[in-house]
Amino acid sequence: MKSFILAGLAAITLSGSAFAQEAVVPPGEKPVDAYKQSNANADATPMTDQKTFEAFHGKEGIDRIVETLVERNFADPRIKDFFAAADKVRLKRTLKEQFCYILGGGCDYTGRNMKDSHKDQGTTNKDMNALIENLQFAMDKEGVPFAAQNKLLAKLAPQQRDIVER
Amino acid sequence: MKRLSKTALAAMALGVCAAGGAHAGEIETGGKLLLTHGVSAVEGGAGGGLTSWAVIAGNETNRGVGGEVHGTYVDVKDYKLRAFGGAVGWHDRVELSAARQEFDTGATGAKLGLGKGFTFKQTVLGAKVKVLGDAVYEQDSWVPQIAVGVQYKDNNQDAIVRAVGAKKDSGVDVYVAATKLLLDKSLVLNGTVRLTKANQMGLLGFGGDQSNAYKPQFEGSAGYLLSKRLVVGAEYRTKPSNLGFAKEDDWKDLFVAYAVNKSLSVTAAYVDLGDIATFKNQRGLYLSLQAGF
Repeated sequence: MKSFILAGLAAITLSGSAFAQEAVVPPGEKPVDAYKQSNANADATPMTDQKTFEAFHGKEGIDRIVETLVERNFADPRIKDFFAAADKVRLKRTLKEQFCYILGGGCDYTGRNMKDSHKDQGTTNKDMNALIENLQFAMDKEGVPFAAQNKLLAKLAPQQRDIVER
Repeated sequence: MKRLSKTALAAMALGVCAAGGAHAGEIETGGKLLLTHGVSAVEGGAGGGLTSWAVIAGNETNRGVGGEVHGTYVDVKDYKLRAFGGAVGWHDRVELSAARQEFDTGATGAKLGLGKGFTFKQTVLGAKVKVLGDAVYEQDSWVPQIAVGVQYKDNNQDAIVRAVGAKKDSGVDVYVAATKLLLDKSLVLNGTVRLTKANQMGLLGFGGDQSNAYKPQFEGSAGYLLSKRLVVGAEYRTKPSNLGFAKEDDWKDLFVAYAVNKSLSVTAAYVDLGDIATFKNQRGLYLSLQAGF
């Protein structure tokens, strides 16, 4: 019931923001160039059952995981340079949306697709693997069972084709 | 023997777990994810232990050169096998490997008329090229990572292997391997087809009085990922039976592979190598230590 209302709210927010994409900048975020918003930008099909979403402790669990992940990425000497100019507030919000959407939590993803959001960053496989390790760390910290972690990673792994450029 | 192996295995597992108490927040260097390059195969190169896989040795990805060295000890009822070697993985594409195997007949050597402690030694030089697919990333496709490989094997006991019926003391194996990680099921699968004339992997020479033709053999491995550091699984490897004096059996094992960190992993297995040179039911412990970069 709660998630139903949340999903409804998210849908209203989305249809509202679609109207005036350029004007509305969520609090704490920097303005971005206009782009077409769509759940297809998440570049993964959402899970149909709720089991994995529950294993991630729902939306609250995902929020905590993304907080840990993003903070760790910004501090990680291997990949922090990629995030030097990033809008941390926006990155956290869109990642939370993306994970929630993919895990079948009924959220909508309002960020860019993976190709556009990683364009010209020169990301390597090594960089992507470093981020995956940080995500595994964050999921471990949240106490997500390993098998459930792998279900999310399985959805994210094919994005390597769009993220890795060299 | 059986009980000893189990105890040793348990003790080792405990020891490794204790040693592997890596600090929770520690950032590990190295390009590949833990265990995604498999472990060392007994013939050198990356594989599952008794089998060769399509993954490329070492921790480096498409922009670097990685590698590993390994030492493997197999202690079955009537024989011991020691193997050590190394492999280099270039850009996660090409792998070159070398392994030295020592098949120690121990007290069994005297019973075979070879003399106590008689040891067959073999050098295996390998090359492998990844031709398509990616075992790890392509989780939206059933296409596995596929590699082709070749292994040149040279046995040092020419006279003895000929005396038991083998045609040559050296040979070449050619194989095609397919490896796939099924992440959403936490499974890793490998299937390999090998064209070979090797008797007991080449330790008893190549070809024989019964057959001297290349015949396709199959190697299958399945592992379940219990954590990013720990995989348990099983392997099966068919083998030709070219020698009249003793039939050759397929090999199988149950294994545990544990990545202490990115540079060190340990594989322990209970292996069943079947009958070897008329001595029945060669079962026992397989232990392999791998260090990589």
